[in-house]
Amino acid sequence: MKKISKIYMLLLLLFFYLPIFVLIVFSFNTTKSRSVFEGFTFDWYVKLFHNELILTSFRNTIIISLLASVLSTILGTAAAIGIRNMKKFPKALALNVNNIPIINPEIVTGVSLMLLFVFFAARMSFSFGFGTLLIAHITFDVPYVVLNVMPKFRQMNPNIYEAAQDLGCNSVQAFFKVVLPEIMPGIVSGFLMSFTFSLDDFVISYFTSGATSQTLPITIYSMTRRKVSPEINALSTIIFAVVVAVLLLKNIIDKKGEKEMTI
Amino acid sequence: MQNLISLRNINVVFDGEVILNNINLDIKDKEFVTLLGPSGCGKTTTLRIIGGFVTPDSGSVSFEGKEINNLPAYKRNVNTVFQRYALFPHLNVYDNVAFGLRIKKMNEKDIQKRVAEILELVNLKGYEKRSVNSLSGGQQQRVAIARALVNRPKVLLLDEPLGALDLKLRKEMQIELKAIQQQLEITFIYVTHDQEEALTMSDTVVVMNKGNIQQIGTPVDIYNEPINAFVADFIGESNILDGIMKKDLLVEIFGSEFECVDSGFGENVPVDVVIRPEDIKLVDAENAKIAGIVESVTFKGVHYEMVIDAFDFSWLVHSTKAAEVGSTVGISFDPYDIHIMKKMEEKK
Amino acid sequence: MKKKLISAPYIVWMAVFIVVPLAMVAYFAFTDGDGHFTLDYIANVAQYTNIFVRSIWLAAIATVICLVIAYPAAFILATMDKKHQSTMIMIVMLPMWMNFLLRTYAWMTLLGNNGIINRALGLIGLGPYKLLNTQGAVVLGMVYNYLPYMILPLYSVIVKIDKMLLEAAQDLGANSRKVMFKVVFPLSLPGVMSGITMVFVPAISTFIISRMLGGGSNLLIGDLIEMQFLGNSYNPNLGAGISLVLMVIVLLIMTIMNQFDSDDEDRVLI
Repeated sequence: MKKISKIYMLLLLLFFYLPIFVLIVFSFNTTKSRSVFEGFTFDWYVKLFHNELILTSFRNTIIISLLASVLSTILGTAAAIGIRNMKKFPKALALNVNNIPIINPEIVTGVSLMLLFVFFAARMSFSFGFGTLLIAHITFDVPYVVLNVMPKFRQMNPNIYEAAQDLGCNSVQAFFKVVLPEIMPGIVSGFLMSFTFSLDDFVISYFTSGATSQTLPITIYSMTRRKVSPEINALSTIIFAVVVAVLLLKNIIDKKGEKEMTI
Repeated sequence: MQNLISLRNINVVFDGEVILNNINLDIKDKEFVTLLGPSGCGKTTTLRIIGGFVTPDSGSVSFEGKEINNLPAYKRNVNTVFQRYALFPHLNVYDNVAFGLRIKKMNEKDIQKRVAEILELVNLKGYEKRSVNSLSGGQQQRVAIARALVNRPKVLLLDEPLGALDLKLRKEMQIELKAIQQQLEITFIYVTHDQEEALTMSDTVVVMNKGNIQQIGTPVDIYNEPINAFVADFIGESNILDGIMKKDLLVEIFGSEFECVDSGFGENVPVDVVIRPEDIKLVDAENAKIAGIVESVTFKGVHYEMVIDAFDFSWLVHSTKAAEVGSTVGISFDPYDIHIMKKMEEKK
Repeated sequence: MKKKLISAPYIVWMAVFIVVPLAMVAYFAFTDGDGHFTLDYIANVAQYTNIFVRSIWLAAIATVICLVIAYPAAFILATMDKKHQSTMIMIVMLPMWMNFLLRTYAWMTLLGNNGIINRALGLIGLGPYKLLNTQGAVVLGMVYNYLPYMILPLYSVIVKIDKMLLEAAQDLGANSRKVMFKVVFPLSLPGVMSGITMVFVPAISTFIISRMLGGGSNLLIGDLIEMQFLGNSYNPNLGAGISLVLMVIVLLIMTIMNQFDSDDEDRVLI
């Protein structure tokens, strides 16, 4: 790399990481000051782990994200199989509708679902909460599963399904033994994508959750609205550490996989 | 010998287009049959009907005398070597080959024995643990053959299996496939558009065009006695001329009369006359009934290929001697090298 | 294969939870509280023209800044040593995995009057400046949050450009600047277009960045919508009207951008 490129990338990384770095440093600060480091402490972390609201919303987030991504993966994979075999027009229509939640501004998706839920909540006597939140998450998760699985079908040699039948598989066996392993990478990446989007989602959850089903991003939002609280810094530090750990792990696994491929 | 497979009056129409038109075909046990024709002629569809991947709109398919029209692919005692092989990318060589036996729930010990045998046969011993993606085209081809043969099918269907290989490898594999077929004594049904491949390997060649069978015969018959101009043109290069059958054993080409060996066409009937380029001799222009100007000469290794313009027709001539471009030469051929064919009806 | 039925559950799901809600947005936008047809709410949107203009303006500035910063970065990433490429991309993308709210919160603490930037400026005798609650802060927040969305599509398009093309251009007499403008840039246009949509759409519809970094005085379309549904001025009909107009703007932008797009089916917007 040329020198100027190196400097450029360095400045870019500085821009990306400096704010996070500052958050991390001040999560260990003894006072609430955001600019002067007065002394080292773990107090904010201790407080964080005693904050009932944060712990509950963290648990909610995990449950919602897992449930939504698992259901979305099943729904989306099945949908991809069916859509692939559709005729040209219904196929284009289905894929375009599938793209709506991806293209539409999140706030519009959130608001539109809220209108739907408000309408039915009044008539069917349910209230905003876990159910509405789950439905909303599945709605914005499935499109990513479909988009991840569909290309795998296209990359697949169409003859392998017939080859499996030729070798004695009935159509169900052929699907599970041959087609499923082929599209598995798409299913896995679709699942991981929906899981991370669910974990991270604020806008749509904000419009579709009830008081009893606050997720972590919603709690974080209400904390930032109130007074300065270094607990957020502590939480950021933990989340950052987890993200780094997960990505490092993924990188190591990928590298290992590449090596095995070349041997 | 009893027929192993019989196709009777098979018709297939797809999206309003006739793919197969009243196909009748008998295949005997232990025969090497090649379905030959240009792309879109229906040869692959015919193969897929036998494999169970296409159900004909009408007609019957029978196997050892029993109708199998509605028997699904996985219950048929035939196996297929697919175009582009269709190996399972998530399985290694051994697991690919063992796939069919495992579906049949054979015990692992027998599977091991069978797989080892078949990998030996296709010269892939030692490759068991390799990923199929790491193999060369030729090796993938062998895995595909092994994967099909390990199930000991009565019939092996091969859909342009050598299409993706380079010329040298293709020639080697042709010989090897023929040897495997003779060693295992099973029926091969082979689909190709390569006439040389068909002639090299087959016991019987079935020439197809536009959903119709044109001719069924041994390679020698097909080459020497093509039934119509299409077959003549498709099998090897040919000069196809308009002629008029004056009477038995006499044909008129470009105004000159030639003796021939065909009869039974009637008198003064328009016919197609086919003459193979290698059957044409170059002679002195003065004594020849047909003379023309040499348009081009191309060295082809074994012979020269020349295009000679006479009577506004470009004659293709193969000869070991080269004539000079621009010179005038005479063309001659023997009576038994003139092949007379009924005019082809224009098919829609 | 009789596999079409297997997608039926999701087709129904899409109808109920994607199509019907959007239809309801349209319905609310064109009716009053009693369900009578009215154009009042759509007409009322005109009152907020200044907010729409501000949103489009700020989002456009942020998009341009993102493009200018991201293009060299994407090019450097795409042309660097393959060995370090994936690691470097991971490092660049890593902040994106942090929660959006926390990333924005970080800038809140940096830009405040008592924040570290003003404190540092104070040490050399400057300031304090009003950094937080300004339009500049909103643009900064947009750039910071959405820059990775610009880098990623640019990178993935540039990395696929055949190196032979660059050599061919050089062979035909193009110097490196000409190679850049006559070959690399035109070929990377699909990436530029999807990068622009991926930055502009969330930027124009955000309400968090404007709320956290813009204070009360820099309302954007997102804030306006949010206020009609969850804020003090509860008015879902007006909110639906504004949402509808926002959707139309976004759709227009997407259509314009798609004019330049390649017909690569496999490309996913993420």
